[in-house]
Amino acid sequence: MRRKIAPYLLILPGGLWLVIFLVVPLVFMASVSTQEGDVVNGFVQTFHLANFTDALVEYKTQFLRSAGYGLAGTLLTIALAYPVAYWIAFKGGARKSTYLLLVLLPFFVSFVLRTVSWKFLLADDGILLQPLKDLGLVPAGFHVLQTTVAVVGGLTYNYLPFMILPIYVALERVDPRVVEASYDLYSTARDSFTKIVLPLSLPGVFAGVLMTFVPMTSDYVNASILGGPSNTMIGNIIQTEYLVNNDYPAGAALSFTLMAAMLIGIFVYAKALGTENVLEAAAR
Amino acid sequence: MSGPLSPAPPAEAGPGTVTPSVGPLRRRRVRWGDRLLFGYTWLVLLWLFAPIAVMIAFGFNDTKSKSNVSWQGFTLKWWGRLGDYPDLTTAVTNSISIALLATLVTTVLGTLMGIALGRYRFRGQAATNLVMFAAISSPELVMGASLLSLFISLGVQTGYTTIVLAHVLFSVSFVAVTVRARVVGLDGSIEEAARDLGASTWITFWRVTFPMILPGVVSGALLAFALSIDDFVITQFTSGATITFPLWIYGAVRIGVPPQVNILGTLIFAVGVAIAVVNTLTSRRRS
Repeated sequence: MRRKIAPYLLILPGGLWLVIFLVVPLVFMASVSTQEGDVVNGFVQTFHLANFTDALVEYKTQFLRSAGYGLAGTLLTIALAYPVAYWIAFKGGARKSTYLLLVLLPFFVSFVLRTVSWKFLLADDGILLQPLKDLGLVPAGFHVLQTTVAVVGGLTYNYLPFMILPIYVALERVDPRVVEASYDLYSTARDSFTKIVLPLSLPGVFAGVLMTFVPMTSDYVNASILGGPSNTMIGNIIQTEYLVNNDYPAGAALSFTLMAAMLIGIFVYAKALGTENVLEAAAR
Repeated sequence: MSGPLSPAPPAEAGPGTVTPSVGPLRRRRVRWGDRLLFGYTWLVLLWLFAPIAVMIAFGFNDTKSKSNVSWQGFTLKWWGRLGDYPDLTTAVTNSISIALLATLVTTVLGTLMGIALGRYRFRGQAATNLVMFAAISSPELVMGASLLSLFISLGVQTGYTTIVLAHVLFSVSFVAVTVRARVVGLDGSIEEAARDLGASTWITFWRVTFPMILPGVVSGALLAFALSIDDFVITQFTSGATITFPLWIYGAVRIGVPPQVNILGTLIFAVGVAIAVVNTLTSRRRS
């Protein structure tokens, strides 16, 4: 009997915390999203579904732009992360944990501060562009900040470790003897990569996609620090509606739409590939 | 970090094991590929370090204006003027105390969950995994927005307490999976031996089980602290009038970030790296 209830007692406090502050708030957000009113006079539940259509029509551009930035950033992180993860997993030797620590180094600086540092680096009169301008290599009016390149670059930078880690975890699990066997069977280096290593590492890539695409698409810090008015993402809109305009129903409708889109993706992912890859990568 | 670091063979394990079966021609090609990969890896790492280097360097910049972006010469004077902005000091102390408090709660709750998940099979385990997965993978923006919706609907004043609540929320799953990984790897026969020798369940747990899972608990706690002190998005939504270090920086971006921020960032960075290095070294010695 005691053994039966022990796991529930252990799960209860943390589980309740997750339910009360993760699941229940979603119900409240759903409720707020169909309310009408303003901060001064209060909000009333009127099941005003037009909040959703209004929000979608008004901010369609920002939704699409966020998806585009997220996609571009994700593809870039794969291209940057895969070779690095491959090197650490197969050639890292005894220094593997040192390399992993180096990959995680940026996390010891606050996310906002890292992004601000990029703003320093890329500033019009900053240490990167000013010398180039002095040498006449780029025109005096050239700038990187307030462009799409700066925002997508910032997103890629900030989320790169989240792609390297899961790919590394998957690659490290590849049994070197399997690769060796392929060579013994006269496989070329290219074939043994595309037919053995790559397929075995795909779960890691998928986990990485989940861990980068979702936060990139909903990010607003990079767009607000590195971008300009034409780089506004849906996150910026939601943040403004909630914290500046106090138009909670509009903000709730937008973030509910964003979450629905993401959740469909996340659940399809969890059903198809299971939750283990992400949970294991998180345990590193 | 648990890397299966076997008592490392002196020779490089990677290429050494493959080369015997392939011809000298291939060996040369493989080595070229290796060199390319090595260079690529270091380029990416340097890119990762670039803004950190800038952050550290500009804490020593003798800047005259408010915008600290161009190099004006070396100075140590900002180190003596760390307290120039009282609200910045408050923000940093808030960040640290919130992180300590959140870490304490998170570590207790997460460790209990991790033990349950690693030790027992029970109904609702899959559901628990799914909720934890959702907590790890759902966007911070949505978590922040929905928490604020909850607080507004219930008339809860956001501030210090709500920040701590939110920080526990997003880090508890990370601690749970870290501890779970450690519990799963435990050798059950050691606990059995303790019980055979007459130890009660309580004694067995504290004298045998807990010391064995402690490294997982410590890594989990460090992770929770790092996640908390770094957090921006959820904090911004749940902070009300309370300011933390990342919030202060974000607010200062438009007017110009003073060198004091760089120095404080450098200090936090140095402490974080030192702890991580010690943690890696001790866990390596243990295995």
